[in-house]
Amino acid sequence: MRKLTMEMKREERAFWVFILPWLIGFIVFTGGPILVSLLLSFTEYNVISSPSYIGIDNYSSLFQDKLFYKSLLVTLYYSVMSVPFTIITSLVIAVLLNTKIRGQSLLRTVYYAPSIISGVAVSFLWSWLLNPQFGVVNSLLYDWFGIVGPGWFTSSATVVPSMVLMQLTASGSTMVIFLAALQSLPADLYESASIDGAGRFTKFVKITAPMISPVILFNTIISMIASLQVFTEAYVITKGGPDYNSYFYVYYLFDTAFKQFRMGYASAQAWILFIIIFALTVVSLLASKKFIHYEYDPKK
Amino acid sequence: MKRKTYIHGQLRPAEKLLVYILLGAGAILFAFPLFWMLSTSLKSPGDIHKVPMVWIPAKIQWANYKQIFIDAPMGNYLWNSIWYTGITVVGTVITSSMAAFAFARMKARGSILLFGLVLSTMMIPSQVTLIPQYLLFNKLHWTGTYLPLVIPAFTASAFTIFLMRQFYLGISRELDEAVKIDGGSHFVMYFRILIPLSAPAFATAAILEMMSRWNDLFGPLIYLNDGAKYPLSLGLVNFTAAYGATPWHLLMAASLVAVLPLLIIFFFAQKYFIQGIVISGSKG
Repeated sequence: MRKLTMEMKREERAFWVFILPWLIGFIVFTGGPILVSLLLSFTEYNVISSPSYIGIDNYSSLFQDKLFYKSLLVTLYYSVMSVPFTIITSLVIAVLLNTKIRGQSLLRTVYYAPSIISGVAVSFLWSWLLNPQFGVVNSLLYDWFGIVGPGWFTSSATVVPSMVLMQLTASGSTMVIFLAALQSLPADLYESASIDGAGRFTKFVKITAPMISPVILFNTIISMIASLQVFTEAYVITKGGPDYNSYFYVYYLFDTAFKQFRMGYASAQAWILFIIIFALTVVSLLASKKFIHYEYDPKK
Repeated sequence: MKRKTYIHGQLRPAEKLLVYILLGAGAILFAFPLFWMLSTSLKSPGDIHKVPMVWIPAKIQWANYKQIFIDAPMGNYLWNSIWYTGITVVGTVITSSMAAFAFARMKARGSILLFGLVLSTMMIPSQVTLIPQYLLFNKLHWTGTYLPLVIPAFTASAFTIFLMRQFYLGISRELDEAVKIDGGSHFVMYFRILIPLSAPAFATAAILEMMSRWNDLFGPLIYLNDGAKYPLSLGLVNFTAAYGATPWHLLMAASLVAVLPLLIIFFFAQKYFIQGIVISGSKG
């Protein structure tokens, strides 16, 4: 084997010094916990007494747990609605913003700014906007159209759609990614298409959509993963209600771990979530192979 | 009469009008929630429930903002959010930039494998590591303090490493060679060349980290139990507990205080916010 020169040795030492903080963190806060979490999922552990091995009992109980199915179903329902909602809204805005109009950068700011704030304050804000009695949305519905608005977060049927609607003002961050992708598309392609007599719609379907398909896929996967971990909105606005209709998966996990201190059961829940996320990501990557156009690289 | 031809990207007047109408309507829709938050926060309790609706209160109630600092330890919450966000952002960005520098610039056995590990940890949902981390901090008697939230921030974040490495790969290596010829070490290279040249990368990474820390509820919810130590996110959740019915005017005032610092920073550093999101999106 080739001997390392002094300089190479020095470089290797420096490398380890520079990555040391990450490496420690990886072992103590990521790698180690992953293993511990897997082991815990086969135990019963209430933090006070030591964990006892119970085999796959946690998993088999989960599959008979009505609340587990309920929380999973509610979460998937939210995901199935919020992902297309976010992708379509942000793509439409990005396409409109990408036209040659005046005030583009101001409009971009207006659309993007609301997405930097999220969490508790925004949840309260929407809870107020959609308040059934005094909220501005229902008031306007009544004053302008004579419609008696729905109960939004307070009704079993509308609680999840309301949480999807909340994502409207958060779509700015997805929008700017689409906008960046649209702006990097080569103009000459469109020009030759125009010469061939292609209309706007044809150009979008034949050129734009295939060209930005990798970005659509990326945004879809990212928002899907985020939607499966939804928590704050429900914790702040509905406490999981009404009647468990916004009791999302991570909310149930949170209660199991930090209200009931059933750490083994909660670890099993975490692993099932991991498997679901992993599986859905792989499926979307495989399913998209047919539709995704990878030939074009904006850097080349 | 010659028909005007439109080259690519140009809109016909009717189309242009349609785009303006759609974008204008959308912009109102996007800006409205924040406007409503501000408007509500300046109303008297009577104005809130008035029919027909009061768009802009006739008598602006600035006193609401005084009231929330009396009713709740808003000053404490604000200060806690500021120092906690500040210290975790500094910790994450510095340690991540060190690792990013190593992965972008140094040759070492196993570095590719280790970088693969960095990337793969981005795929793992935080819920998987959450429980063992909590148990560890519980054993150390750190729960109830900020230590479980602050200390891990000083061990870099996979995403930030990835982001900064992308940036470092784009910095010319010629300067590295110059330092090497002068007999300087990698530390000299890092401090004298990389840090000064990568201010935009630092700004972008810092802003992304700041957004997620400032808005985070889950971490503080799990680890903190003393009201005086709450950051804004958790303080706000408990804000209404002291009242009978929800005082929407006060709650909106408190919510605005909670989001205002981020909005102000956004106003000054807009470029880095958007850049951060775009880089994280297009390179992923």
